[in-house]
Amino acid sequence: MKLLIIEDDKPTAAFLRKGLQEAGHNVDVAHDGKTGLLMAAGETFDAIVADRMLPNLDGLAVIRTLRSTGNLTPVLVLSALGEVDDRVAGLKAGGDDYLVKPYAFSELLARLEALDRRSGQRPSGGDVETRLVYADLEMDLIARKVTRRGITIDLKPREFRLLEVMLRNAERVMTRTMLLEKVWNYHFDPQTNLIDVHISRLRQKIDKDFEPPLIQTVRGAGYSLRAG
Amino acid sequence: MRARHLLRSSTLQFTTVYLLVFALSAAGLLYFVYVQSRDFMREQTLETIGAEITGLREQRSMPGLIEVVDRRSDRRGPDRDSIYLLLDPLGRKLAGNLAHMPDVPFAPDHYSDFRLTDDPASPRAIATVLPLINGGLLLVGRIVEERVRLEERLATIILQGGGIMLLVALVASFLLSRWTLSRLEAMNRTARKIMAGDYTQRIEMRGGGGDEFDELAANLNAMLGRIERLLNGMREVTDNIAHDLRTPLTRMRMRLEMAQQEGHDDPQVRHLIETTIAEAEALIQTFNALLGIARANAGERRAEMEQLDVCSLTGEVHELYEPLADEKSIVLELDQLGPASIVGSRQLLAQALGNLVDNAIKYTPHGGRVVIRCEGGARPIIEVRDSGPGIPAGLRDKALERFVRLETERGTPGNGLGLSLVAAVARLHDADLRLEDAQPPPGLRVVLTFPPVDPAPPERGGPIEIPATPS
Repeated sequence: MKLLIIEDDKPTAAFLRKGLQEAGHNVDVAHDGKTGLLMAAGETFDAIVADRMLPNLDGLAVIRTLRSTGNLTPVLVLSALGEVDDRVAGLKAGGDDYLVKPYAFSELLARLEALDRRSGQRPSGGDVETRLVYADLEMDLIARKVTRRGITIDLKPREFRLLEVMLRNAERVMTRTMLLEKVWNYHFDPQTNLIDVHISRLRQKIDKDFEPPLIQTVRGAGYSLRAG
Repeated sequence: MRARHLLRSSTLQFTTVYLLVFALSAAGLLYFVYVQSRDFMREQTLETIGAEITGLREQRSMPGLIEVVDRRSDRRGPDRDSIYLLLDPLGRKLAGNLAHMPDVPFAPDHYSDFRLTDDPASPRAIATVLPLINGGLLLVGRIVEERVRLEERLATIILQGGGIMLLVALVASFLLSRWTLSRLEAMNRTARKIMAGDYTQRIEMRGGGGDEFDELAANLNAMLGRIERLLNGMREVTDNIAHDLRTPLTRMRMRLEMAQQEGHDDPQVRHLIETTIAEAEALIQTFNALLGIARANAGERRAEMEQLDVCSLTGEVHELYEPLADEKSIVLELDQLGPASIVGSRQLLAQALGNLVDNAIKYTPHGGRVVIRCEGGARPIIEVRDSGPGIPAGLRDKALERFVRLETERGTPGNGLGLSLVAAVARLHDADLRLEDAQPPPGLRVVLTFPPVDPAPPERGGPIEIPATPS
């Protein structure tokens, strides 16, 4: 991915650049809002990471300006303010996702990759999806039926929704907070191993009697649906 | 303004007492005036009769007496109100202008009231009798019809006047208390809005700035201004701390993650980095929880409040935590007596309820039971009950404080902020949070009781009135 980071704290920006480059991405950095806006408008990026508090032009203003010119590059907003109203403000301005400082790099990486629209495109084209398929796992969204290698698997509604989110983001890392957001629509830190228990239940049904296991644990980050 | 509210006001009670005292003293005064004038008029009549009797006593002979009586009782004469009747010892009329003795008892030196003739509409009169030496009887009296009418008119005037006075006073006192109450109500409204988290509200000044209500309002407004400045200052400090601390925390965490990714061969170094990351994680979580509590306490998150059903929320949370309970062989029961509609923040309520259920699962031994219950009605209720060791009555208030971890909790993970967040969320929703023994013991029962459901959300936080019968 070609990424733009707009972050005024230089050490943080440097770490982000280094980490994202190591993850195989192409990274540009701007240290204030104005430069960031000029860079974002001048080149095509796959995604932008923007801090909310920036000198010259704050992060939300950068996003609003970009959106008003028809630029739809996905933006991940970083903020030191973590409340839901701030989050709503960030998303209203046109941000696509919101991450509160201090965040784990793995969380940032996972969220950025989930924002990438190129890989997010499903092969089925523009039609309304009725089926999700990954490896030998199939999900029928209309009949709400899941089969693996042709064998029907019984899932509870929330397990179905969890698997649906994993399938829609196949081969991407999904962190625990991302899953809590997307499956349950809760925006807080699950204090315990709450999500792990749900995943392990899903695993019991999806992976126990089949080879290879599809739900992979990504150490220090979260989970990923991946064959081998 | 509600009528019930007006009736309970101490202003009205005060004016009512004042009104009663006023009415009593006015009635006393008017009665005194009435009695005095009545007695004065009566005395005058009696004096006149007395004077006539004195004149008649001077007649020594019977014929002289008859003559004088005849002359005086002539109705065409100057004194038409006098009454005379002279009887001989056998009771026969000798002279006078009265046909016969009235049908009332008479006694010397005693005045009797009677009507002039048998006709009940005839003029009223008063008279006394004078025994004569020869055994005869002389009745002397006066027609007092006019005087009695005057007395009656006086009584009517006094009663009517008193009634009007009372009515005017009643209306005046009602208006006065309503006016006072409306001034106070304006202040109360502002206070409620401020308690609801809007610190920019100020009390309206009405008069030209002269009366004591305006003075009170001005003082309160000055106080509110100061509180608002302090709060803003505190919020700025919190936000600044948040910003200033989060940046280094972000850097620290990233450095650690980088170090982890470098991939050290030394397992000791790897372990060191891993545990440090975990410590940083816990630190960040505590920090976030504290900021969350501070913000909930400041009432800033009312903006995200919406109409929601707490019973469907308990369903969601039950579903979320059920597998976690299952891991510990704990039965997580759901008891829904809904729907229970309230105005609240879904995110905060779910987090608070999640904390309660999480705690309950944490402290309930293997094979135990945790119940999540919700109940609709006049005051919606959420309850989480476990079969763990419970919290001793004396420590319950303490358990709600920040960073407090009870003796029994040592050794279990957590930062001691879970219940304080629940308390802050309860305060934000004007809900009542109670910790008590589960029935049957052992176990802890945490009950969140929400304020009565108000059909008009903007008026929230008003005086709490519990309907007599839950709908």
